Amino acid sequence: MKSGMLRRAIIVSLNRIYQMQIDYWILGFSAVTVAVTIWMGFRSAKTSKSASDFFVAGRSVSVGWNASAISGEYLSAASFMGIAGMVMLSGYDALWYPVCYACGYLFLLLFIAGPLRRFGAYTIPDFAEGRYDSPVFRKIAVCFVLFIGFFYTMPQMKGAGTTLAYIFKGVDFRGTMFQFLAPLDDLGRMTPGIPYWFGVAIVGLVITLNVALGGMKGITLVQAVQYWIKMFAISVPIFVLLAVYGGYGKNLALNKSAMDTPPAVVQTVEPLKAERLALPDKAPKDEAWIAPFGPLTSKAAKAAGLSAEEAKPYSLLYTFSLIVALVCGTAGLPHILVRFYTNPDGVAAKKTTMWVMILIGVFYVFPPIFGVLGRNFLPELYAASGSKGPDKVVLELPVLIREKYGILGSILSGITCAGAFAAFMSTFSGLLVSMTSALAHDVYGRMLRPGSSAGERMRMFKWCAIGVGGISVLLGSVVEPLEINFMVGQAFAIAAASYFPLLFMSVWWRGMTMKGAATGMLTGGLCALFSATVVNASTLALDKGAMGRLFSPFAGINDFWKAHPLLRILAEQPAIWSVPLAIGLMIIVSKMTRRTVPADIRMKMLVLHAPEALGLKQEYIQEHQGPAH
Amino acid sequence: MSQPPPDQSDFIHSEKFLQELMKRQLKLSISCATAFAVLLFGLPLMNYLLPGLMAQRVGGFTLSWLILGVLFFPYVWIIARVFITRSMALEVDEVRHAAEGNHRQS
Repeated sequence: MKSGMLRRAIIVSLNRIYQMQIDYWILGFSAVTVAVTIWMGFRSAKTSKSASDFFVAGRSVSVGWNASAISGEYLSAASFMGIAGMVMLSGYDALWYPVCYACGYLFLLLFIAGPLRRFGAYTIPDFAEGRYDSPVFRKIAVCFVLFIGFFYTMPQMKGAGTTLAYIFKGVDFRGTMFQFLAPLDDLGRMTPGIPYWFGVAIVGLVITLNVALGGMKGITLVQAVQYWIKMFAISVPIFVLLAVYGGYGKNLALNKSAMDTPPAVVQTVEPLKAERLALPDKAPKDEAWIAPFGPLTSKAAKAAGLSAEEAKPYSLLYTFSLIVALVCGTAGLPHILVRFYTNPDGVAAKKTTMWVMILIGVFYVFPPIFGVLGRNFLPELYAASGSKGPDKVVLELPVLIREKYGILGSILSGITCAGAFAAFMSTFSGLLVSMTSALAHDVYGRMLRPGSSAGERMRMFKWCAIGVGGISVLLGSVVEPLEINFMVGQAFAIAAASYFPLLFMSVWWRGMTMKGAATGMLTGGLCALFSATVVNASTLALDKGAMGRLFSPFAGINDFWKAHPLLRILAEQPAIWSVPLAIGLMIIVSKMTRRTVPADIRMKMLVLHAPEALGLKQEYIQEHQGPAH
Repeated sequence: MSQPPPDQSDFIHSEKFLQELMKRQLKLSISCATAFAVLLFGLPLMNYLLPGLMAQRVGGFTLSWLILGVLFFPYVWIIARVFITRSMALEVDEVRHAAEGNHRQS
């Protein structure tokens, strides 16, 4: 009797959900992307057996595949969704993000890629240990793989939650037995759609299982394919949209800057008809949006009540600090650096970097165009926040042409959703592999149980993947009110203040000691981590929803920021002081502990810098292993 | 080990070789980095000092937007291309240099 009622309740509920308005084109494209990703993961799981295969893909990936795979892993939810959202919200200043994401690679190429590859080690902790002959330093270096990794997964998770909330916005759980799933609005009323955390949890679960079963060999293939999915998904809809709404330049021209001369009284030519939609009050004004030093960089100074002119030096400082964070941070991202070891030799590593710069550079021209079009034609997003705000402009914009071209709008929106899936899935997988490798390979395999067998480590890899995936989902559920792109910038700032000084100084200065390197990396990295966390807590406290209540104890910090705009900028963009701090400490402490410079430093420097053709690497390994092995 | 222990007194293991090597590499890297940094840090300064010029319209774009949103990428590709070509030539030269040095010494 009871079970019959339950069954009827389920059927009625499912029936109601089935009748909801879901765009099946969008759902279909997304489902195919997810299915292909999982299928490729499982397929290649069969071919990756040994532990070495698992960790660095057997070191035998060609330049083309590797460049596509690095690009695929690098282009995260921040690149695919976040940049467009941020350009729409903040205008010109947000353009620094795509430019520095792409051009930071140059810095990596100039100073770090070649030497690191010649030295040859699986991970940054391997490098740290090898360069200073210090297992202790490895343990310190491992911490930052996790710190940076978790900071970087949070925005990927927001991308996942936002995309799923968009796809299933037509679902209505209200009045069914699943109504506990209906998301609440600011006033605590139930609304249609699925909750943000639900999307985060589903995507987290799928990727975690995929990584736990596939390892990195699978990931290389998956990442390479996903680069091309993302490239296709960002460019094709843009070409169609530009054909419908006019060119990039024409759409920018609709936004008047303060410098533009007002139209003359007597006009011979008919003035350009403004076809854009009216902006809501929450949107920034045209002249602030299109000019440098706009809402993004002048927010702190404006909040402190400074005038536009007074705020400008603060904005310049903010811009410089942002540039330092993004350029140096690219050179210190753990999950990118690991891939340099998958090149067969140093020449291939350099060629790969060149191709990566071209592949991602071309990609980064497109997302800002979505931002510009979104401002002109989808201004209602300014009024919303969280997963319903500008971060979803890439997904929603193509739907606009549905009125004119019918199904084409749905198809294009389906394509951008598929691209978004490819974006957060590939980056999250890459991060998960990095963090899990650090835990399984370093913490478990070297610290906790050095004598463990390969089989035990493989099993540990799977358990660690599940643990890391679970924590990522929890963290991801909290950050809905924060901008995707902003959070990724913070991960870069932490990498810039920790790994970048370590790698840069270790490669180019023979006087570095382990103590100097560790002091600089820990101090710089932890300072950046701390300021990013404080800024996020104070921003979350401003949220009107559940997160605002959760973080309300931190609300007082915002009064402090108002009184001290300079400190707010230095905390929000810490790179400009934390990178010099880390490098300075490295030099001072190394000079003080000069006697502990590794004895074979000349040999180490030779291995880092001498051409591989001279064969110094083999000699070095031979010496280090000694006759006992 | 079957191989004999390597001879470490030859030219490629000398201090002189290492210093020359690092100096040449660093010189190349720094000159390329300077070309990059000029635009990277120069653009915000231009925006700050010459806002009128940077707000000039070029085909709908402001000059500043055109540089940052579009032209920056090819500029960096050129620097990368120059660096890769030169650093590969440098490696070939270093190998030759090392062989010559060893030859002279023995």
